[in-house]
Amino acid sequence: MTRAPLLAPLLSPLCLLGVQLGAAAVALFLFAIFLAFVGASPLGVFGDMWSGAFGSSFSLQNSLSRAAPLMLTALCTALPARAGLVIIGNEAALLLGGLGAAMVAMLLPPTAAGVPALCAMLSAGLVAGALWIALSGALRQHRGINETISSLLLFYVGLSLFRHLVEGPLRDPASLNKPSTPPIPDAHMLGTLAGTDVHYGIVFGLVACALSYVLMERTGFGFAARVVGGNLKTARLIGLPVSALCLGVCALGGAAAGLAGAIEVTAVHGSANATLYAGLGFSGILVAFVARQHPLAIVPVAVLLGGIQASGGLLQRRHGLPDAAVEVFKGLLFIVILASETYVGVALAWAERKSAAWRAQAAAAAQPLPAAAEPAPTLGVGGAE
Amino acid sequence: MVEMHRKTRGTLLLTLRSRAGHVGLWAGLCWLTVAGCSKSESPAAKSEDAPATAAAGALKIGFIYVGPRDDFGYNQAHHEGAMLVAKLPGVTVLEEEKVPEAMEVQKTMESMVKLEGANLLFPTSFGYYDPHILKVAGKLPEVTFLHCGGLYDAGKHPKNVGSYFGYIDEAEYLNGIVAAHATKTKKLGFIAAKPIPQVLRNINAFTLGARSVHPDITTTVVFTGDWSVPVKEADSANGLIDQGIDVLTMHVDSPKVIVQTAEKRGIYSVGYHTSQAALAPKGYLTGAEWNWGKVYTQYIETIKAGKTWDHLVRGGLKDGFVQSSPYGAAVSTDAKAAADAVRKSMLDGDYVIFKGELKDNSGKVVIPAGTQKLQRDPTLESMDYLVEGVIGSTGVGS
Repeated sequence: MTRAPLLAPLLSPLCLLGVQLGAAAVALFLFAIFLAFVGASPLGVFGDMWSGAFGSSFSLQNSLSRAAPLMLTALCTALPARAGLVIIGNEAALLLGGLGAAMVAMLLPPTAAGVPALCAMLSAGLVAGALWIALSGALRQHRGINETISSLLLFYVGLSLFRHLVEGPLRDPASLNKPSTPPIPDAHMLGTLAGTDVHYGIVFGLVACALSYVLMERTGFGFAARVVGGNLKTARLIGLPVSALCLGVCALGGAAAGLAGAIEVTAVHGSANATLYAGLGFSGILVAFVARQHPLAIVPVAVLLGGIQASGGLLQRRHGLPDAAVEVFKGLLFIVILASETYVGVALAWAERKSAAWRAQAAAAAQPLPAAAEPAPTLGVGGAE
Repeated sequence: MVEMHRKTRGTLLLTLRSRAGHVGLWAGLCWLTVAGCSKSESPAAKSEDAPATAAAGALKIGFIYVGPRDDFGYNQAHHEGAMLVAKLPGVTVLEEEKVPEAMEVQKTMESMVKLEGANLLFPTSFGYYDPHILKVAGKLPEVTFLHCGGLYDAGKHPKNVGSYFGYIDEAEYLNGIVAAHATKTKKLGFIAAKPIPQVLRNINAFTLGARSVHPDITTTVVFTGDWSVPVKEADSANGLIDQGIDVLTMHVDSPKVIVQTAEKRGIYSVGYHTSQAALAPKGYLTGAEWNWGKVYTQYIETIKAGKTWDHLVRGGLKDGFVQSSPYGAAVSTDAKAAADAVRKSMLDGDYVIFKGELKDNSGKVVIPAGTQKLQRDPTLESMDYLVEGVIGSTGVGS
């Protein structure tokens, strides 16, 4: 217990933010070396990255628009992760969620009121995504199939099913060279936030992340799921419904990605077609891992990734860099951030052991002469650094 | 001791995890606050107020590609056109590659206009048009959007949008004639993305060209399902070659891997979109190429002269919109003579590719005897059949 005051400052949010900012600075430095190597001016590139991502109202809206679906697809990995499941089939849940919305749209009369129609389409997306990822959870619980592999392989099944339906039975005969489901009437489309160009998907993303946080951190269900993720044996021993919890988190994660697909269809594409397969689900996996599966950390990570992607165009246009330059930066940034967090943990554990050793030594030295105990804390702090 | 260490570390990381959540929340809130506040004085608003003067001087032209600009295919064909445009006086060219047909392309178009003052855009991928170009064009009426695909509908689409396309089936027909002279097995292979009208028209024109030389030639077609799936394309190429096919052609975004596979396996290849001759110095016969530089130059000259441009522009060999790759070393004199004779007739404007009686590969008559379908015939643009001689099916459960 005596160790707590010593290490508490290192665990403060400010300090952790500092670690992350430090990691970002290291990544920027590495990227600068890369840029200099390919003959671009690092400072010029950084300036344009800022202006392309967050430097103007347009750029900010651009970044936020890109972040919205990532928040939802990241939850598809982050929620099951709290129960110890590694789900990576986010893209399939997104595609089938979009398909579900488009199928409901085909059933709706064009005269249906906007809000109920939207609710129906988005709910269909939720359900489709939930069922798809729950399938991976069920395969794990009832057939012992690794959920990571099954969710990845089921992605190919989902993609084929999606393509078959939108380019076959559900195809609008008028969509000749871009096979699609029939267009959703404008009155049923999801709009943009007043005064901006950002569609309502961002609100869904923020609310979903907040609700996920409350659910996982503040409810019995969330606690039980985390027990399953923390120690399966304990969970079974104390009689938690492990299967139901695993299926539940999978379904919730899938529902989030399915909602992302339904939003893409109702806010951007206006129909389901193969262009919905654009990697938003896979990017969500990256976001979830960088956010360390924490629902609230997903929000800034998604905005950061959205911003990097938004700035990519300027790097191509103003600096003649290939599209891959942004990929290089993303890779560097995320690897350095993930590594720095691991090493902070290692460093703290090391510091803790060292300081314990110092204290034991100081206590041993102090025993015969109580007055000599004074310098011990100083030595302890020195050890921590 | 080790046990203890692990436990401590675990506790620390757990604490770390939940603390980081709070950091994330605050950071997120900060972004959002900034987003809300900095709306009023943006450069975006200014450039929207000042309409672009497309006709009166400097042109800033944005080209947007769905894949890499050096793909030896669809995107490279457009990039080569853009490079010709960049040489024109008073023109600045901006390029962006690998832009998906989603929210991304809407933002790229707006970004080119708002952050860099572009006043003419060529978003080149077919899937960009509906809904993306239509939506952004409605928002930015002072900017001109010219799209590749021939989709303009005067009744519905914004007036600042135009669409162009080329009759590349003419060059495909010539490809077929050259392939027919090269094949020994009388089996040709065609790897295509999706069974959509544009693709079917190319497969059919290629097969008709080949069968005009030897009526017993067949074309085996494989659909890969998407525009750029190199692994599937290589698999399909190997599968077709194993079946005894000795000339291979394609309609996918990047023919690179197919042409390379054909060369490696020692068979002939016929290209698409742009020239792949450099990838197959031995087996490359010829190819159907776009000549977008010609189309772009034409548009830009019209705009600079202050004249109105056509909303729907189309052309074939005669108009210089499409062309054939120079003949490869393996093309015989007979093949050249036969193809050039038809080419001359096409250049004179009196060659009809799709004419009756034409049967599909199930034996059904699709164009009755005595009917000629000229290039502008709208029924050709909704083609949903494979002609007699094609082995394969449109595969869609309709």
